[in-house]
This record gives sequence, C-alpha cells and structure tokens, in this order.
Amino acid sequence: MDKRVAVFRKEHFNAAHRLFNPDWDQATNEKVFGKCSWPNYHGHNYELEVKVVGVPDPRTGYVIDLKELGDIVRREIHERFDHKNLNLDTVEFRNLNPTAENIVVVIWQLLRPFIKPEMDLQVRLYETPRNFVEYPV
Amino acid sequence: MVYLTRVEHFNAAHRLYNPAWDEARNEEVFGKCANQNWHGHNYELLVTIKGNPDPETGFVFDVKRLSNIIKDRVVEQIDHRNLNEDVPFMKGKMCSTENLAIEIWKELAPHIPGTVQLHCIRLYETPRIFVEYFGPEA
Repeated sequence: MDKRVAVFRKEHFNAAHRLFNPDWDQATNEKVFGKCSWPNYHGHNYELEVKVVGVPDPRTGYVIDLKELGDIVRREIHERFDHKNLNLDTVEFRNLNPTAENIVVVIWQLLRPFIKPEMDLQVRLYETPRNFVEYPV
Repeated sequence: MVYLTRVEHFNAAHRLYNPAWDEARNEEVFGKCANQNWHGHNYELLVTIKGNPDPETGFVFDVKRLSNIIKDRVVEQIDHRNLNEDVPFMKGKMCSTENLAIEIWKELAPHIPGTVQLHCIRLYETPRIFVEYFGPEA
C-alpha cells in the first residue's frame, strides 16, 4: 500500500510585470504578447499552491509541518516578490521573461532546497483566477 | 425594484504615493504599496444598476449592453495599464481602490440610460480587500 500523502499550502503575492523579449522590437513584442507587453507594466494577484508529497512521520503524523512550509514559502517567495516589479526589482527575472511558466519554475527552484530530498514538490501558480500553471508535470 | 449586477475584471499596475510627501513619509503611510517600481492586482469590478423589469422582456436592462458599456468606458481605459501613469481619469489622484471606485462611477454614470439607475460600484483589489461606492448622493 502506498503510504504517501500530498499536503498543500496556499500563499499569495501581488506584483507588477510585463512580457517583453529584448531581442525583438516593440512591434514584434506587441504582436506576440499583446497588451501584456505595454511599457508601463500591469499586475496580478498571484495565488500559489505548494504541494509536498511524502510518507507521514509516524511520530507526528505529519508529511511536513504546514506552519513550517508556510514560513518557508513566505520567506523565500512572498518576501522576494510581493509588491515588487518582477522585471525591475528581482534578480530572478532581470534576464528572464516573467511569464507564469517561468515564474512557476523559478519558485520551484527556490523552494526545492528547503524540502527534504525524499519528498516530491510541485507548485501551481495562478496568475488570474482562470490562468494557472504547474511545475513539474 | 430589482438590482442587477455585472462582473468584469481587469489587471493593472499601480503604487500608492503622495507627491506632496517625501519618500520616508510615503513608506511610513503606504508601506510596500509605495514601491517606486509599482506592483499590481487582478481587480474585480461589480457594477450594480437598479430598476423595474420591463414587462415585455422581463429585463431590468440588457446585461450584455451593460457589459459593453463597462468594457468600452472603463475596462478599455485601465486593463493592462499603469493606473498612475496611463489612465487619464486617475491623473493627479491617489490610486487607492476607494478613489478608483469613485472615478469608475463618474465614467459610467453618464452612459447609463435613464430607464435605470446606477446603484453601486464594488471593486475588489484582492479577493480579501474591496470597496463599495453608492454615488455622490449616498
């Protein structure tokens, strides 16, 4: 019997961004990214769901203490990105287009060192209530 | 009298910053909302009108038409914009959710036909923060 259980923690952050490929001119950026490329930025309420999969510790019954997971996510993600301009204020997206896809991979990379190696980590990121991405698949 | 609400949404950047104050005072009052490089939100806009259902259609108002009015007059001006920099009707005003709701009312009111009345602008800045404005006479 598989004894693994998935546990989830939700956090959120609000940020400004724009989608822009510096190798293209403004016209090509507009053609590909539409209004998401407008120069003065726009923004989102990002909702983050962090999933950890593992076998519950027999002493605590916990896969991971969700309060501790919440603290990790707030420290590593919320503190870094909340009320920031992703393009201008973060080192992670200085040279990386801040699409939801790229953001979710970066978030996974930032969190992975803080989750025990025997546990699986998956991140789901909502850019809007109707647009969301997951990594890894 | 029946109240009819249409929900629209838009995404925008903004910052809270009073140019009459120095940077330290802005930080003190507005915290991270004063970040000079902006931040942003998914705004949800609920526009409520009131009236009596038309006996022929059963409608207070054609809600598709209401949607088009909101999109043409408001969403078009603010979606994927920087509220402080790009939006003529917010020029010179503090870009708080409160003020945005008041200005959205002003933009919409002239375009709501006389058969119904504009009742309420409810504006969500985040799922947990929203304001309501019932017009200048409320």
